[in-house]
Amino acid sequence: MITGNIITDFSLLILFLPLVAFVINILVGKKLPRQGDWVSVGAILITLILSLSLFMTMLMNWDPNFSHEASMTWIDLGAFNVALGFWIDNITVVMLVVVALISSMTHIFSLEYMKGDIRYNRYFAYLGLFTFSMNGIVLANNLISLYIFWELVGVSSYLLISHWFEKHSAADAGKKAFLTNRVGDIGFFIGIMIMFTAIGSFNFKELFAGVSQGMISGSLLTLAGVGLFMGAVGKSSQFPLHIWLPDAMEGPTPVSALMHAATMVAAGVYLTVRLFPLFSPEALTIIAYVGGFTALFAATIAITQNDIKKVLAYSTVSQLGYMILAVGVGNYVAAFFHLLTHAMFKACLFYGSGSVIHAMHHSLHDLKDHDTDPQDMRNMGGFKSKMPITHWTMLIATLAISGVPLFSGFLSKDAILAGTLAFAQHHPHHFLLPIFGFSAAAITAFYMFRLIFITFYGSPKIPKVFEGIHESPKAMTFPLMVLAGLSFFLFYTLPYFNPFSDHGWFTELVKASNSAVPGSPTAAEIYDGVHHAHYPAMALSVLFAGLGIGLSYLMYLKQKLSPKSIANKMGILYKLSLNKYFIDENYNRFLYQPFLKLSRVVAYVDWDLYDKYFINGFGRITKLLSKITGRMDYDGLDQTLVDGVGRTAQGFGKQLKQVQTGRLQNYMLFALIGVIIILVIQTV
Amino acid sequence: MDNLTNYLLVSAVLFTLGLYGVVTRRNGVAVLMGVELILNAANVNFLAFARFGGNNMAGHVYALFVIVLAAAEAAVALAIIINIFNNFNTINIDDVSELKQ
Repeated sequence: MITGNIITDFSLLILFLPLVAFVINILVGKKLPRQGDWVSVGAILITLILSLSLFMTMLMNWDPNFSHEASMTWIDLGAFNVALGFWIDNITVVMLVVVALISSMTHIFSLEYMKGDIRYNRYFAYLGLFTFSMNGIVLANNLISLYIFWELVGVSSYLLISHWFEKHSAADAGKKAFLTNRVGDIGFFIGIMIMFTAIGSFNFKELFAGVSQGMISGSLLTLAGVGLFMGAVGKSSQFPLHIWLPDAMEGPTPVSALMHAATMVAAGVYLTVRLFPLFSPEALTIIAYVGGFTALFAATIAITQNDIKKVLAYSTVSQLGYMILAVGVGNYVAAFFHLLTHAMFKACLFYGSGSVIHAMHHSLHDLKDHDTDPQDMRNMGGFKSKMPITHWTMLIATLAISGVPLFSGFLSKDAILAGTLAFAQHHPHHFLLPIFGFSAAAITAFYMFRLIFITFYGSPKIPKVFEGIHESPKAMTFPLMVLAGLSFFLFYTLPYFNPFSDHGWFTELVKASNSAVPGSPTAAEIYDGVHHAHYPAMALSVLFAGLGIGLSYLMYLKQKLSPKSIANKMGILYKLSLNKYFIDENYNRFLYQPFLKLSRVVAYVDWDLYDKYFINGFGRITKLLSKITGRMDYDGLDQTLVDGVGRTAQGFGKQLKQVQTGRLQNYMLFALIGVIIILVIQTV
Repeated sequence: MDNLTNYLLVSAVLFTLGLYGVVTRRNGVAVLMGVELILNAANVNFLAFARFGGNNMAGHVYALFVIVLAAAEAAVALAIIINIFNNFNTINIDDVSELKQ
């Protein structure tokens, strides 16, 4: 008992255990047996147990309106108060389980994947730091502490992406991730400050109350909403700040699974879910379009990528776009649902790709081949027989992400698409949103099966490498199996068993709350629309998924259609997709280079003009003045006055010394003379 | 002839001779003798003032005190001179000028 409330205590433990592991590992990890990995794994497993017990409590209470808040004052300046605190409701509890589960799977997976790494203990330490910060975001009940953890997550992401910083590209990717996020975070901070200025609080609930009382409204509210959303754009890698996530794949694969697929990038979505009541309809429209566009845009890039992790990275961007789209159309529960299911199957896919890369790496290592790229799918093929567990688990996750019935992705994707469809029915001029959604669904199914078919089916591209491929050890297949298992619908529809219905513990426990913005549609209205669109959306989404899978099957498994000839026919489109729409190149040309030029001009003004003439001029004048005062002080004052006193005393001393003859008779004579003088003076 | 002035003159002569001896003598014992003369000059003064002044015994008592004191002083001073001789192998006080810095 730390605070007297068991839920607060559990949350505190969940928050700080990973931090303790971080501190231990970063300080003394190297000296511990096994470089201290057991500290991290132990801490995260306890965190998982605690999170699961909170989850179980939630299920047992079955209270959709459960909400618990605890806070303490952090900064108290009279009128200005900042509190740190927790807000725990069903969304928080689910998110805690997601973070703890994926994080513990990552820890276990890394035991094998990172074996023999030069910075093994530091890797585990950073995982702890990340888990701590992520839980901080999840638990926060106010914008300030959320922002602090938000930045901490950014730091741990930076540290883990650049884990192999000897590689130039990894160091660059870390920097890119950090700086790109910074762009979004500026908007985020502006949003926070607009909210604080208008309402005078950072606390979520007080903000909701303030908005519903109309303390902030109109375009200022929209601006604040867009600002807050910018944070999510950066963190959740939405267009136009999506560029960092694919590069972030330079980090170790388990990190990609944990942070750049399941949890950290979901923080942006979580933020929009948390703050949903604050967004005005205009801000939500912007959110919907950004999300919808990103979903389609990233999906089209994923089609042509050959790096197995890049495909997954763009897929993640696309799926995050889905979630943001769902928030934008007001169906934020669906967004959170997709966050939950996506975390499971996407982490599974990343572990699968990690397992494949691990196998490729070892095979290439045995062949002493350092030129072949272990991540390039064109070097793979036919791995199904060699890596059965990886194949099956990845296949299950792929079915889930493609939205095939009986799998988790079907439920959540369907909920999102239904929400989009319902929104477009109410607002026919927003017809683009469902088009974004459905076409992205078809493309997702297509590229994901392309990945599976190229990697696991067909004939081996490099037979020599194929010979050396082996299934990964248990520490790596175990997380795969757990997460593949969690990709089945059953875990989300319990206590019901209908794989097509939108009823389950999730939808019953996580209820949307009304928007705080006056004049917005209520949660019930939105839910009504979604419910009506449920079956059409389901039919359409299955149809589109089938279309994508079928096309992929024809092209990459049966090879009835040649991908090459299609690529040739598409011409410019193919090139655009392969080169990621030249976004990085254009950013470089139109943003970075002009910025660099501007910086150079500023630097020139600063260094060569300002510093050289103004600052240095001051320096020279000061030097001159100092010389003068120095001369005055040293030669004038010190030499004559200060030293003069000394010299005078010395001179007197020298003279008076003579009197001290050491003969008592002399002293007596002096005394006698003195007496005589006194007598003479007195008589006169 | 029997007046105070004559006594004081004798006393002053004694004092001056004593002082001269103290200041000029090189021999430590001679210096001591000078001191004795000074003390006795004082004694003469005491007795003269007693005789011509209050005509009481106070002067006599003081003179006795001075004689006793002189005896003690002579003992101590001679001890000092013996020590000087032990240390410097001379009683010429010009050579004993250690007080000079």
